[in-house]
Amino acid sequence: MIDIQDIIKPENLVYEKSSLLTDNVMHYCPGCTHGVVHKLVAEVIEELGIQEQTIGVSPVGCSVFAYNYIDIDWAEAAHGRAPAVATGISRLHPEKYVFTYQGDGDLASIGCGEIMHACNRGENIVVIFINNAIYGMTGGQMAPTTLLGQVTATTPYGRDAKLNGFPMKITELIAQLDGTCYVTRQSADTPGAVRKTKNALKKAFQNTRLQKGTSFVEVVSTCNSGWKVTPVEANNWMRENMFKKYPLGDIKDI
Amino acid sequence: MAEVKLMKGNEVIAEAAIRCGCDGYFGYPITPQSEVMETLMARKPWEETGMVVLQAESELAAINMVYGGACCGKKVMTSSSSPGISLKQEGLTYIAGAELPCLVVDVVRGGPGLGTIQPAQSDYFQATKGGGHGDYHLIVLAPASVQEMNDFVDLGFELAFKYRNPAMILADGVIGQMMEKVQLSPYKPRWTEEEIEKISGSWALTGKKGRERHVITSLELDAHRQEDFNKKLQAKYRKIEANEVRFEKILCEDADYLIIAYGSAARICQKSIELAREAGIKIGLLRPITLYPFPTQAIAEMCGQIKGMLTVEMSAGQMVEDVRLAVNGRVKVEHYGRMGGVVPTPEEIVEALKNNFEL
Amino acid sequence: MAKFRGAIVVDNEKCKGCGLCVVACPTKVIDLNPDVNGKGYHYAYMKNPEACIGCASCGLVCPDSVISVYKMNVE
Repeated sequence: MIDIQDIIKPENLVYEKSSLLTDNVMHYCPGCTHGVVHKLVAEVIEELGIQEQTIGVSPVGCSVFAYNYIDIDWAEAAHGRAPAVATGISRLHPEKYVFTYQGDGDLASIGCGEIMHACNRGENIVVIFINNAIYGMTGGQMAPTTLLGQVTATTPYGRDAKLNGFPMKITELIAQLDGTCYVTRQSADTPGAVRKTKNALKKAFQNTRLQKGTSFVEVVSTCNSGWKVTPVEANNWMRENMFKKYPLGDIKDI
Repeated sequence: MAEVKLMKGNEVIAEAAIRCGCDGYFGYPITPQSEVMETLMARKPWEETGMVVLQAESELAAINMVYGGACCGKKVMTSSSSPGISLKQEGLTYIAGAELPCLVVDVVRGGPGLGTIQPAQSDYFQATKGGGHGDYHLIVLAPASVQEMNDFVDLGFELAFKYRNPAMILADGVIGQMMEKVQLSPYKPRWTEEEIEKISGSWALTGKKGRERHVITSLELDAHRQEDFNKKLQAKYRKIEANEVRFEKILCEDADYLIIAYGSAARICQKSIELAREAGIKIGLLRPITLYPFPTQAIAEMCGQIKGMLTVEMSAGQMVEDVRLAVNGRVKVEHYGRMGGVVPTPEEIVEALKNNFEL
Repeated sequence: MAKFRGAIVVDNEKCKGCGLCVVACPTKVIDLNPDVNGKGYHYAYMKNPEACIGCASCGLVCPDSVISVYKMNVE
């Protein structure tokens, strides 16, 4: 009979928190996808050994405080403007790894202009796009990516195309722009999906090293608080509903 | 040997930026200041000094690119005109809130709304009282000549970095478009990474290496901590008000009356005081060079000597409020202005002077 | 008999009890503890420690990075 304490020894450690994650307890709700993606970003930066050369730009929204969790230099941008801020940083620090971390309201609504043009110029940056089809921080209002029929605080009877327009597949739009070199849509709901997303992020940062232009990684995510379900139910709802509108996989890879 | 050239005000802004070691310019075309970016693009400073020049997709994006560049401790700037400056206000309040240095040039045109493309001074409130949300100030320099357009680029950056605060050159369509003789500044090299480390190493985003991570943000959830930050900002503004007031006095020694005007209006008023003196009116001109900080003390000190003050602005009367605050009722203060892009003549200013003070 | 034996260590105080690790575990090792931590969350724990194979699926999906995974070859 093997005692558990015989297993829990330093030489047997196979998975632990990235050293680039700070000790701050994340302010996110239990089960929030932001935590998983933060972890992956930290792991990728750590594994590529680029902590000293990486500058993050956090958005307005739930992930506004991303700078509290990943131990690199950060700028906090105004709502939607992260791609412009990243442009300024990257143009003046062309040797650095610059990334934005943005939600669907920040990127696809208020910052639609900035993201389109940064990607169209092919800024040598990584864009991480968290699409959970809702505004989290302001209390669960409709996002541009909210599904038809989806109930939010501002679509209490469900999103109606006549009233609210259609769910926006901005990642497909981004892929049309010649400045982008890599556009992919991933998720983080299963161990396999988490591994794939990590690989996508790693590839994106490696593209920066190769000066290839803009890499855009969407992560279809959950907001169990906004959706008013449990974290496990949220993953199920995402798989049943979100993946139909936002299918996973690489959209562009050149 | 100093280099003297005949140049347009807007062109000089571009030339001065390159020569003062500016690292980056981010702009968006708008009349009457488009020559700034056009001159930069034609000059190709990226080949000469390494300065970055980028045409952004909007003024909003341009000011946020400035925010990004300023985060890195670099000398970055933008320029625009009134409607574009309104769009930049969001970025400016974030820049002020994050205590970042940068330079903004505003070549003012008539408003409100899309207004006109002719010169005006109707954005004084916007420039000097903050402009965006929250309690903050820009350091505002008001050039009255093409030479000052040149000189204030370097001075603007110097003050911006001294106080970690955005600085603005508040010009107008006259100064931006007119050609004058200008003595160009000698070239200064751009700051090296080592110099940036020395000047801004305690806060700039240079990559986390052997130190705690740097975070540039204007966000604070705790009201008391935000109030403490506001107090710190206010202390900085008091310091700026105590140390950085700049103004010019012309023919004030024996003056009974005083005109207060800045920028191109002050140029016109120089002729007006000549004409008034020919008509026997003892009058001087006080020209604020810094609009924030405002020469409150200098104006207050003249109250004992002066019987009446007239502000001349190409607006409905904005700076006149600061003059009245300085004077605090001790002297009659009147305003004369033209609006919408109309420039007053020296003669009509003399008429206004006579009418207001029954001379 | 499994080729590998594993074990997890949960940072009980930082765990928010979201339960994503519970469903991610292929061998049904993990459950939420009937007890709560200082924040009132039912934190994750090994209910069936013998079944753990050290695959790290729980760690991968954990949003708060509170799970460390150990694995040893027992062949």
